[in-house]
Formats: sequence, C-alpha cells, structure tokens
Amino acid sequence: MSSRCPELALACVALAVLAGCHREERRVSEQLPASTPLEGIVLSDLRAGGTPPPQKPEFIYQSNAYAISQGKQLYEWFNCKGCHADGGGAIGPALMDDRWIYGDSPQNIYATIVEGRPNGMPSFGGKIPPQQVWQLVAYVRALSGQVRKDADPGRADHLFTRKSEQSLGSTTPRASSPPPQPQ
Amino acid sequence: MPAGDFANTRFSSLEDVTPANVASLKVSFTFSTGLLRGHEAAPIVTNNTLYLVTPYPNVLYALALDQPGAPLKWKYEPKPSASSQGVACCDTVNRGAVYDSGRIFFNTLDGQTVAVDANDGHELWRAQLGDIRKGESMTMAPLVVKGKVLVGNSGGEFGVRGWLTALDANTGRQAWRAYSTGPDKDVLIGADFKPFYPQERGTDLGVKSWPPEAWKRGGGTVWGWISYDPELNLIFYGTANPGPWNPGQRPGDNKWTAGVFARDPDTGAAKWFYQYNPHDLNDYDGVNENVILDLEIGGRMRKVFAHPDRNGYLYVIDRETGEVISATPFVNVNTISSIDLKTGRPNRVQEKEPVVGKVIRNMCPHAGGGKDWQPSAWSPVTRYLYIPHQNLCQDEEVVPANYIAGTPYVGANVKMHAGEGGHRGVFTAWDVAAGRAAWEIKENFPVWSGALATAGGVVFYGTMDGWFKALDARSGKLLWQFKAGSGIIGQPVSYRGPDGKQYIAVLSGVGGWAGAVVTGKFDTRDVSAGNGWGGVMADLPANTQQGGMLYVFSLP
Repeated sequence: MSSRCPELALACVALAVLAGCHREERRVSEQLPASTPLEGIVLSDLRAGGTPPPQKPEFIYQSNAYAISQGKQLYEWFNCKGCHADGGGAIGPALMDDRWIYGDSPQNIYATIVEGRPNGMPSFGGKIPPQQVWQLVAYVRALSGQVRKDADPGRADHLFTRKSEQSLGSTTPRASSPPPQPQ
Repeated sequence: MPAGDFANTRFSSLEDVTPANVASLKVSFTFSTGLLRGHEAAPIVTNNTLYLVTPYPNVLYALALDQPGAPLKWKYEPKPSASSQGVACCDTVNRGAVYDSGRIFFNTLDGQTVAVDANDGHELWRAQLGDIRKGESMTMAPLVVKGKVLVGNSGGEFGVRGWLTALDANTGRQAWRAYSTGPDKDVLIGADFKPFYPQERGTDLGVKSWPPEAWKRGGGTVWGWISYDPELNLIFYGTANPGPWNPGQRPGDNKWTAGVFARDPDTGAAKWFYQYNPHDLNDYDGVNENVILDLEIGGRMRKVFAHPDRNGYLYVIDRETGEVISATPFVNVNTISSIDLKTGRPNRVQEKEPVVGKVIRNMCPHAGGGKDWQPSAWSPVTRYLYIPHQNLCQDEEVVPANYIAGTPYVGANVKMHAGEGGHRGVFTAWDVAAGRAAWEIKENFPVWSGALATAGGVVFYGTMDGWFKALDARSGKLLWQFKAGSGIIGQPVSYRGPDGKQYIAVLSGVGGWAGAVVTGKFDTRDVSAGNGWGGVMADLPANTQQGGMLYVFSLP
C-alpha cells in the first residue's frame, strides 16, 4: 500500500496542474455562433444594434376552423378559463383585449403556455402535447380576432357571457411586448 | 389584532369623536404603500407604532406615531414567490397582521407565516405552511391565543384541502393542524367532540360524506376570522366552500366544509361543529366572522355569537353547544326559504339548485353571498351589528371541472347582477335581539370594506368609489365623508395616539374579489370575467383608480 502513495500523489498534482491550465485558458480565436433567441422568440420591442427581428414562420392554424374550435374546448379542459374567464380575465389577464404582456405572436403565446410566466402563469410544459398547445394558441388569438374571421367560432355552447368570438371583432395588439409579426 | 379584540367586535372604546364633532375630522397624515392591488388589511397600533401589511408582495411597514407625520421606522420584505399571484383567486390581498408580546405575525401569499420583531423589524422565524403547487395560498390575518399563532390556508377555488394550523409563537414550530376534510384523526375529532345536531355525529364523516377520494381536494379552507372566548377556552372559525363549485361532482354533505368549528386552542381538539351550508350549492362558504356576544334570550342570558353568513341568513348560535337559536335573512334570499331550527338544515328552493346542463337564473344571493369577507362591527352601546355587505344575484351554469393541481377547480359559468332595488351594496345596522334591521344605507357599489363602531356613537365604513363615511350609530345619519384617492376595501380602526388624541385609520386601495375588475384590468365585454363580476362591476374602473394609501384622521 505504502509504495503506491507517491504515484497517487504525482497523479493528483498532474491533474491539478492540467485543471489549472484549463481555468486560465483564453479562447480568443474561437468562433461562437451569434446569440439568437430560441425559436425566434423575442420579448422586447427594443433590439440592441437596431437590426430587425428574424422573420417567423407562417402560422398554419390561424385560418383553420377545426384547430380553433379544438383550442376552444382545450381552453376549458386545461382550466385556462378558470384564470382568464371567457377572455375577459380573472386571476390572469384578459385575452380578448389589445394588451399583450408577453407578446401576441403565435410563438410568444406558445412559449407563454409551455414555459409559464413569473407572475403566476403556470408552466404547462410536459402537460399538453405540442399540437394541442398550437390549437390553444390559435384559440387565444381568436379571442381578440387575430385569426381569419370565417375560422373564428360563431357560437358558444354555454351560458351567454359575451358576443361570439366571430362577432366581437378584432383588436390591434398593443404593448411594450414584441410587435405583431407579419402574417 | 385587526378585529380589535378576541370577540371580533371591532368596537373601539374611544369616545372623543362624537356625532357632534365628527364633521370636523381632518386628515392627520397619509402613507403610500406604493402598490396597486386591493388593500384589505387593518392597520394595527401598539408601542407608539402603526403597523400595516400590504397585499402581495406583503411588505410590513412600521410608522413612528410619536414623530410628526408618522415617518417610516422600518420595513420588512418577506419576498414571497411571484408565482403565488397565480393561485390567488380573488386579487392578491392580505387581511392584516397581528401583534403579540413584542412580535408581529402575518401570512404571505405564498403560504408562509412570518414572525418579526416589533421593535426593529428583524425576522424571528418563518414557517412554510402552504404549497402553491397545490394551489394553496394564505391571505387571512392570524390570531394569537395563549402563545399559539393560529393560521389557515386559502385556495378553495383550486381544490386544496383546508386546514387551520397552530404554531408556537416563539419558534414557528407546528403545535397542531386540524384539517377541514378527511378522517377524524386529521380533523382532530375525538372523544370531546359533541356537536348539537345528529347529522354531525358519526365516524370519519369528513371521508364518508364525499365520493371516494374527493375530500382530498375538497376545500374547506380557513381564510376568514377566528374568535376566541377565554372563559370557555374555545376558538370559533368558519370553513370555506367545498370544491369544486359544481355540486354534482361531490354528492354528500361534504363535511367539514361551509360550517363553523369550536375547538380547544391548546390541543386543537374539536368541541362541536355546525354546517351552515351542507353540500354547499352556491359557494356560500362559512368563513364569515363569528362575533361573540352575550344576549338575553327568552328571559335568560345566553353565550352566543352572531354570524352573518354568505347564504344571507344572520345566525345567532349558542357558542357553548353549537345550537342555532335563530337564523334570519338580512338580505333578499331566494335560494333558501328558511333554516329549520330543529334540524339546523337549510330548506332549499329546488328550482334554484344548480344542475349540469342548465342555466339557473337569478339566484340570490350570488356566489359572494349576502355578505363576503368584509367584517362587521358590534356596538355594545347601541346593541346593533353593523354589517357591510352586497346586494347581488347571479345566473349560473355548472359544468364539469377538471382537477389539475395548481390551476382553478371551479366548474361554474357565472354572471352577476344587482339584486332588488338596483343598488349593489348595503350597510346594515342589525338589531340582533329583535332579529331585524334597525336601518340600512343603500350604496351603489358593494360595500367591501370592514366596519368600525366607536363608543363615541359614530360608525365608519368605506365605499369602493373611495368615500370614507361616518354615520350616527343610532340613526344611520351621514355625518361626515372624505373622498380617498382610491376605493376603500380595508378595515377601519381607531386608536389613541401618543399625544392622547383619538385617531381613525383606514387603507384605501381598491381591489379584492369585487374590485378585481380594476386591479386585473378586465375586459368587461366578457361579463363572466373574474368569476362572474365582469358585467356587474363594469362601471367601477370609471369611478376609481388603483393605489394603496393609508389615511389617518383626527379632530383638529
């Protein structure tokens, strides 16, 4: 046992020296990719350097009546309604008005649902399959008329609490949140 | 303590301010909390210091009353989790702090009880009791009884399991916890439990009066007021609504929700229970205050408490036994035709009972009840109970509720409207002995503030559009009013300052369930916003703005 000790000690010293080298290394010539927001999500109107945000992909569900009505059902089943009512807001903010705290683009709304938000919006990541999240996104946008009018739900199956999504009309999203994406 | 005394009377023995001189009340000083949510707390005064706790983020301020303008002595910030705002059903309110033996105790929205040194504001201990991931929050004002801090949880709209917990005031360690649902051992029901009515007797009714497992998310939270009778050594407190609101998902009496417990504060052991709203159909809860009084009834003095329930009935209950002595409606009620004094059970009006797939119109009172959290005051001088309350009804359709932990568990579509007369609020002086209103003041908006009665013969309350009012305690005549910067939903208090003068203090800062239309910036084209308030309060944002401010008044 005792004869192996010096070797062990040597190895330890070598390791420590190597680790020290790595700690001190200046990787000046390395080409790191420019930082880009994940999935094109931005949460600010301001962009340092002034370059425009990247174009976002077309959102296919904005004109799909089936996806929007599925979204409407999921909105109730996943208890979105418990906090946002029929779009007028309750524990969470209104969704049928023109204020968008965390962005009005489909990507922003998707991220808000999946990631959650720090002032009380729960994260539904891992709870709702992506396709259903996109259907929810479509319905959330339908609440303020951000989808094609003929795809917007025209009737409700429950107690009459407001005009149908279709007859509410559309609002122009405003906020200190990201600008609306070109559709 | 916010209620002024263990009996929860909110009666101040100060008599400098009288009907003759109240008209000359002037602002003595003010203090901005810098916050925009609903300010429901009562300021408390001791050691020449005024303490107040704000809505989320629950900052505790201490103001020096012995210096001009009452400057800030210190503040204590508990920094609760921001996510807790997402499990606060009805604005992010806090109903106040309590003082005991050199310490201030209060609850945070994210489920903590905190003890702070009253002199310098340093934290003594904190106890994490609630779990926001299960939908639990804390909004009530604690009560300290014999070295135990009594606190309860909120979250009846999130499928939580309600409890009252006693903490050692010195250490924050749990002395006991009594759940409002589940097996007897969890509810602290044992050999001492002797309820008055037979339906409260049996084994494990907190399990058997529910469908399998439903008691685990059955509500019965304890977010209201606790009173204490030192002579009987009993505490009295209400349990809130069963979850979900949709009653079709929870056949049975749903014990021990929507009722009142009498317990031994030392051990937590239940002495009796009475259920105001068995199998609650309307979110009527049972959390409203139990104001301890001694009343002459049928020629003998009875130890009772008075309880204005959300179901619209004013109960006088024998606090030794739990017997209902009388139950009289104090608002227009069409959901319950009477309370059977033999059985203690409400006689319900069948066509007003919610059923899945059907919209029931004009249920009175609405889910907020004939009266909600806003505490009433008792004057032993006039022998009136001054009840701040609302006059609202609703249309409701119950629907299946999905339980997803940390999200609402309600299952009801609601739209509210003003009750008979069109006024939404009332301030009632209730003659408890006679069982009728002595007088009442109709208010345009729900009266969501607490009441204060004083020995000087003046009573105080505030309105949601910002008027702070002083009335003659006997006649109800308006004697003085002051327009505050924001709607008043706080609890007015009176204290004697270091200079010997009588002061009246109240927080303004609109919000709460009724005022969330302002604080939550609802889009009121959806009349169901805020669980049904969107339509009926659509004009409030045009009548008041947000902003927390303490106002303190005195005679010149």
